Amino acid sequence: MANAADAAHADHHDHLPGFWRRWFYSTNHKDIGTLYLIFGFTAGIIGGILSIAMRLELQEPGLQFFSNPQVFNVFVTGHGLIMVFFMVMPTLIGGFGNWFIPIMIGAPDMAFPRMNNISFWLTVAAFGLMLLSLFVEGAPGSLGFGGGWTVYPPLSTVGHPGPALDFGILALHLAGAASILGAINFITTILNMRAPGMTLHKMPLFAWAMLVTAFLLLLSLPVLAGAITMLLTDRNFGTTFFDPAGGGDPVLYQHLFWFFGHPEVYIMILPAFGIVSHIISTFSKKPIFGYLGMAYAMVAIGVVGFVVWAHHMYTVGLSLQTQAYFVFATMVIAVPTGVKIFSWIATMWGGSIRFTAAMQWAVGFVFLFTVGGVTGVVLANAPVDRYMHDTYYVVAHFHYVLSLGAVFVIFAGIYYWFPKITGYVMPEWIGKLHFWIAFIGANVLFFPMHFLGLSGMPRRYADYPDAFAGWNLVSSIGSYIFFVGLFVFIGGVIYAFVRKEKAAGNPWGEGATTLEWTLSSPPPFHQFETLPRIVDTGH
Amino acid sequence: MRIENGRRSVTALSTAAVALVLGISEAWAAAGRPSPWETGMQEMVTELGQSVSNFHTYLVWLIAAICLFVLALLLVIIARFNERKNPVPSKTTHNTLLEVAWTIIPVLILVAIAIPSFRLLRQQLVPPPADVVVKVTGYSWYWGYEYPADQGGFKFDSNMITEASALKPDQPRLLGVDNAMVVPVGKVVRVQVTSADVIHAFALPSFAVKIDAIPGRLNETWFKAEKEGVYYGQCSELCGNGHPYMPIEIRVVSEQQYAAWLAEAKQRYASTEGSAPLKFATAQ
Repeated sequence: MANAADAAHADHHDHLPGFWRRWFYSTNHKDIGTLYLIFGFTAGIIGGILSIAMRLELQEPGLQFFSNPQVFNVFVTGHGLIMVFFMVMPTLIGGFGNWFIPIMIGAPDMAFPRMNNISFWLTVAAFGLMLLSLFVEGAPGSLGFGGGWTVYPPLSTVGHPGPALDFGILALHLAGAASILGAINFITTILNMRAPGMTLHKMPLFAWAMLVTAFLLLLSLPVLAGAITMLLTDRNFGTTFFDPAGGGDPVLYQHLFWFFGHPEVYIMILPAFGIVSHIISTFSKKPIFGYLGMAYAMVAIGVVGFVVWAHHMYTVGLSLQTQAYFVFATMVIAVPTGVKIFSWIATMWGGSIRFTAAMQWAVGFVFLFTVGGVTGVVLANAPVDRYMHDTYYVVAHFHYVLSLGAVFVIFAGIYYWFPKITGYVMPEWIGKLHFWIAFIGANVLFFPMHFLGLSGMPRRYADYPDAFAGWNLVSSIGSYIFFVGLFVFIGGVIYAFVRKEKAAGNPWGEGATTLEWTLSSPPPFHQFETLPRIVDTGH
Repeated sequence: MRIENGRRSVTALSTAAVALVLGISEAWAAAGRPSPWETGMQEMVTELGQSVSNFHTYLVWLIAAICLFVLALLLVIIARFNERKNPVPSKTTHNTLLEVAWTIIPVLILVAIAIPSFRLLRQQLVPPPADVVVKVTGYSWYWGYEYPADQGGFKFDSNMITEASALKPDQPRLLGVDNAMVVPVGKVVRVQVTSADVIHAFALPSFAVKIDAIPGRLNETWFKAEKEGVYYGQCSELCGNGHPYMPIEIRVVSEQQYAAWLAEAKQRYASTEGSAPLKFATAQ
């Protein structure tokens, strides 16, 4: 389809911009994608270290590493915000999205390359503010904000009078603005810059996933921005949006936050759905099963995801009718999600599967996401959620869908696209070894949290009654195992760069049908100056 | 349920072993508190709590079946459809019947979940007439309890016991408090919950009760404890530095003991005379 591209671009290799211009003034979607991947990984290491500190503390009852629970809460909050806003989102959306959306739809670059640049650097600035907030006063006499990633008032207003949260709010504002600009860029690119012949219904599923994700970002982030702006004025300018003493209501904040917060969880997982679809299709050597169902299941998840937010708030005192509605709406989401799980299985069924590292991560994802998904159905039921709300059961649930869901797909995507992005081959055994360490580690880490939650252990506790000691110890050991896996990954990347084994344009064979595999590895600095023509995608 | 019991006995064995090693005195599952290596919900002491627990057991069976089904399919795929066993991939990408089936069957499963769920929700949120009303106020970081005029009209604060030596033999660390909330057995207790500062949450696992304490709001929940005993809960909404240190201890006692406690409490604790919100509460 696009074989002409290589020849047409040969001359461009000669005048790459210099280092500073290339990486700091970058307008090239692939370079910006690379920057996002490096940024996301760095933030992930910092967020991961915070979580290891938490697991060290929780390894046994009593306080060992933290001087008081407030400092622990600051770590919990930092871990949550960093992982959500500075690891998962930049990696999946900024990293893989930037790298592969233009290529997959046959476009030369993103629609707004300069806006793409400012999206990235705003995210870096936001991360800087977030890190600064850890080192300024929050609660009286204590550094950093320790009110959880949800930032509920009044703990985030009267509970933290210091400037730490003001830094945090401005960080979220910048990160949010960056994401909104990024979303606009993706929507424009996908709707206007598809190659001739690529109708929406022939578009790769990752592009569908990013299109839905971008709309979710565009519609939900302004609500977050509104909520945290009100928080900012409550804190600094004497307003009382969330203060009952002035006629406000703390629960209003929770509604606003979760109106953003629930779509946010789909923002984190939908790109992963897209990537997994490609990996499974590639290594099964089969086109994706039920393509249209897969695409519209994501649309349905995105739409319904906007009307289920109060299932995070069953204990705030909502009326019977309200709770019943949110139980119903939340369970509806299980249907399109089920369609996706079974379509992935049907794609593999009858396939001729090569269990590469990427494929192992993807299959692992399908199973673990199912486990996380069904506990979501349990939690959707307000009568049992009343027992589990704010316990470790919830922590187990969302780590199964995010840490073992989104993060597994991040690694699946890295092992899948590593030869394309870097031009080097990473030996398969490295990714497989990493997978098994991570699979065992993450399950040992998170499965016991179901038990802790069922036996009643609340979240965000630095110290707990002695009865919870056993499973906490197991869980901590799991986290260390998972962390060791990261060194295998880092070692693998270094090894691949040292070894310099050149990757072919399409290292995965006949199953790899999307446009990025028609280019060289790594692709030329500018691709598709002559647009590829899409005849048949085989759906 | 039988399987659950089987698992409990296995758990109990390992529990005992661990307890021996760690020197934990109370190894056996007691109602109203967590026990080591527990894998299920705490033992319920209210009828509604029992219903919640049964509903959860039902859900566990369903979700375990779904997970095992998906796992089985994946194992078949790994065994049969790898490139050695199946070198030529099929080209099937559509099967309308299958696609309809995996949409309709989950819907039916969800309906089978929703019906008991809605029934239970109604039971939780439409409380029967109350015999005793207690107002609970969350503070950073302790709980305050107020008994209205018909119970004697007094209020007291309940703080966690921080000194290990001050704990009574049956009080676990981080759960025992100085002044417990006391209620009569077999009576409907309505708990009205609010907060004086940040949001807290009043939770008692073995009653399946959890309700946020929010400043400016008076939330309510209810329970009817069927068994005398001491039951523990912990604050369940992040509230700052003392979040892990504001447990809830409820002593469920016989009518006579309750009457005696009321008489004593009225002497011991401050009166609520002239407390407007409380009058409003008792008027309901």
